[in-house]
Amino acid sequence: MVEVDRASPRAQARQANTSDRAVAVELYGVSKFYGPTQVLHDVSLKVRVGERLVIAGPSGSGKSTMIRCINHLETHEAGKIVVDGVELTDQRERVDQVRREVGMVFQHFNLFPHLTILQNCTLALIKVRKMSRKDADGVAMELLERVRIPEQANKYPGQLSGGQQQRVAIARSLAMKPRIMLFDEPTSALDPEMVKEVLDVMVSLANSGMTMLCVTHEMGFARQVADRVVFMDKGRIVEEADPETFFGNPQHERTKAFLRQLLH
Amino acid sequence: MNLELLQAYGPRMLSGLVTTLELVFISAGIGALMALPLALARNSRSRLLSVPAKCYILFFRGTPLLAQLFLIYYGAGQMRGPLDAFHVWWFFRDAFFCALFAFTINTTAYQAEILRAALGSLPRGQTEAAASLGLGSWVTLVRVLLPQAMILALRPLGNELILSLKASAIASIVTVPELMQATKLAFARSFEFQVYIWAAVIYFLMVEVVRRVWILFERRLTRHLVRAAV
Repeated sequence: MVEVDRASPRAQARQANTSDRAVAVELYGVSKFYGPTQVLHDVSLKVRVGERLVIAGPSGSGKSTMIRCINHLETHEAGKIVVDGVELTDQRERVDQVRREVGMVFQHFNLFPHLTILQNCTLALIKVRKMSRKDADGVAMELLERVRIPEQANKYPGQLSGGQQQRVAIARSLAMKPRIMLFDEPTSALDPEMVKEVLDVMVSLANSGMTMLCVTHEMGFARQVADRVVFMDKGRIVEEADPETFFGNPQHERTKAFLRQLLH
Repeated sequence: MNLELLQAYGPRMLSGLVTTLELVFISAGIGALMALPLALARNSRSRLLSVPAKCYILFFRGTPLLAQLFLIYYGAGQMRGPLDAFHVWWFFRDAFFCALFAFTINTTAYQAEILRAALGSLPRGQTEAAASLGLGSWVTLVRVLLPQAMILALRPLGNELILSLKASAIASIVTVPELMQATKLAFARSFEFQVYIWAAVIYFLMVEVVRRVWILFERRLTRHLVRAAV
């Protein structure tokens, strides 16, 4: 509770100075089906530049699916998704354009196991950004320092702990200089003692002003850095509020039930 | 060992061995080049590509190599007219080329299926991570997926090569002067049973060489897994 009170003026201040900023991501009435099952129902969401959004909800609520739609890892059947002014369609150029702006961190890291840590971070720089190996190495080392594992640069992913691998995955993503970062349960596959090192990197990223959409069960992280918490259930956005309101005074029964279960 | 026998038939068997090696390695090499496009077509979302690829693989894995060889060797003989018209009769007239052709289309089907299975068993997250980094599909295939798929495909591919080596004896039936054909000839003239033992030893040694080379390949491909907890 103390923490919530402490967070509140800051959250309000942030709210005030992000509300007039440009829109980074906007979803209008997005629906998605897997066969006959509808997994997203008419989801609308607006995220402004520099905003930190936490998406919470029970498993199967569609939160991962929603953020995976934002970089077109999933396709949507109805509605409209606009990322940094580009509407996502099946057109290759648009998808590429959006993916250049959007970085993604996965639950299972998805590092390339046959490449060294450094090569993981430089592959896209060399192949997509057409950088020389030397320049790419420079960029990658800078980011590995930022996530505090430059000394692992020449190891392979299999030789690192889960927490270290996830920090590499964040560095790999940041190397492409994305303007928006998507996190899909970045700490869910980690041993408990490794969660903090990953969250620390995410907090410092948040403090640097990155636009972030995080699907996570880390409610401490939500309180600490989120401008807004979005609660999803059964493919719908049930509630969205600043963290103080969300945790202190949730409106919907479903949200209350979810939060009660977390407090155990 | 009977030295006279060796003197009389050794050179012919050695030249048979060379023919066997040509037959197997040329067909395996061409097969390897064609297997990847075929595997990709088989995995393609376009039915225009996947259905023909699937039919090809089904047919050539589903029928005996001997039958395929007969189909080509005797079939070509009956279609001399059209083959002449396309200026390919010189190819199908020759038993060696017929066997090479049959072995190639056969091993292509097997290798394609091995590659397809290996590519298909990689975690989807690898493709997704590559996509999220903006890597194109060619770079994703060559730099991300294939190096990992090759580790999975290596042993089955080695197996396929070993089976091809031994199956190449089938070519002797259509008069290709390969190792088994030379051995049969040696036996027919000398009635010395041991020539078959020589042939068996030579086949065994070839397989052993392949096995050892494969161990080196595997070490090279899996060097990133050393000391790894995978």
